[in-house]
Amino acid sequence: MIALLLRDLRLAVRAGGGFGLGLAFFLIVVVLVPFGVGPDTAVLSRIAPGNLWVASLLAALLSLDRIFALDYEDGSLALLATSPLPLEGAAMMKALAHWITTGLPLTLAAPALGFLLSLAPEAYAYLLLSLLIGTPALSMIGTFGAALTVGLRRGGLLLSLLVLPLYVPTLIFGAEAVRRGADGLDPSGALMLMGGITAGCFALLPFATSAVLRVNLR
Amino acid sequence: MWEYANPKRFMGWTRPVLPWTFGLAGLCLAVGLIWGFFFTPDDFRQGSTVKIIYLHVPAALMAINAWIMMLVASLIWVVRRHHVTALAARAAAPVGVVFTLIALFTGGIWGQPMWGTYWAWDPRLTSFLILFLFYLGYIALWEAIEDPDTAADLTSVLCMVGSVFAILSRYAVLFWNQGLHQGASLSLDKEENVADVFWFPLLVCIVGFVLLFIALVLMRTRTEIRARRIRALEARARRA
Repeated sequence: MIALLLRDLRLAVRAGGGFGLGLAFFLIVVVLVPFGVGPDTAVLSRIAPGNLWVASLLAALLSLDRIFALDYEDGSLALLATSPLPLEGAAMMKALAHWITTGLPLTLAAPALGFLLSLAPEAYAYLLLSLLIGTPALSMIGTFGAALTVGLRRGGLLLSLLVLPLYVPTLIFGAEAVRRGADGLDPSGALMLMGGITAGCFALLPFATSAVLRVNLR
Repeated sequence: MWEYANPKRFMGWTRPVLPWTFGLAGLCLAVGLIWGFFFTPDDFRQGSTVKIIYLHVPAALMAINAWIMMLVASLIWVVRRHHVTALAARAAAPVGVVFTLIALFTGGIWGQPMWGTYWAWDPRLTSFLILFLFYLGYIALWEAIEDPDTAADLTSVLCMVGSVFAILSRYAVLFWNQGLHQGASLSLDKEENVADVFWFPLLVCIVGFVLLFIALVLMRTRTEIRARRIRALEARARRA
């Protein structure tokens, strides 16, 4: 499992754009928002939590179709399916590798971009915390979506249609936690519920993912 | 019971049943809607706008039940692999979409005079919109995959995972704590739900919508079976 994780990480780094592209996309989405709504700092700081969350959602979505597509094309996914490592474990490792290459850099970069949107100072800790708890769920759900569409030629657009509705609960709790933090309220309820979603995703979705992969490899 | 899921038996017993279901659905809807629209008094607060309840409530009810029916059909497909159930789930999805849209639109028309707005990000309204998105994704996945068995497998997994997330979203939006929509006003265990004058025509309308849903799903399933037979015949003709 560790070897698979390291292999995926190495591939992501060496193929170029694994770390960089998602981050750059995140930056661009966040920068585009003030152009859209105007430079009024009061408005921007009000919509900052939701914006940062929506932007990280989109950035996570961007690299999803690469999780399985390359392995599917060159046949290494079939090898993974027949290897002694259960496919459920492989799916989980794939999600983890996706999180390390997109979710983690996003989390670390988010405070800097929060500064651009003049996020309330009290909210930075909660922004970091909520992204740290929430983005693994995004990666796991996205891995499931990627497994669903792996055999399709034009899967990219369909992937976003399938995955984005599944992101809704995470988005609601994440943005709500940051907003409550910004308003000086206690966000622990939203954070705990989001942690529950992440834990539930990692407990159940690997099984769904591997079931779907087996169907697609049939 | 399972023997009726055999495609040949299914085609056999649905043929005489289908016109009756359509007829009864039409009868119930005609009676319920005419009774509701013309022969019930106006509500003393809501005026005549209350009458949209006869479309809104049954459509919303069936929009959710259609998804539940798809979930059950998907489970049966995964466990027992009856092709008819997979096709029935596929057939139910567009019907569910239309009911969801009817509920959203009639809700908007009702909301304008009552709440002063067509749309609000109220938990119930939002979760219906999310349900609509789930239906779209489900249908899109069916359309995208060519091999019918693969498509049935993948969509049934999506339906199961989607159900969990749909329920999660339903409760997640409650976090906003700002419901405009009233709570459930219909339930089985209360003495009187709505005043009886409104209740009886509403009940007839609900029965009508249920029958309409059954009739549409049966008809669409029959169409799917025929389409698949044609495809099988064509494949055989190509090989010969």
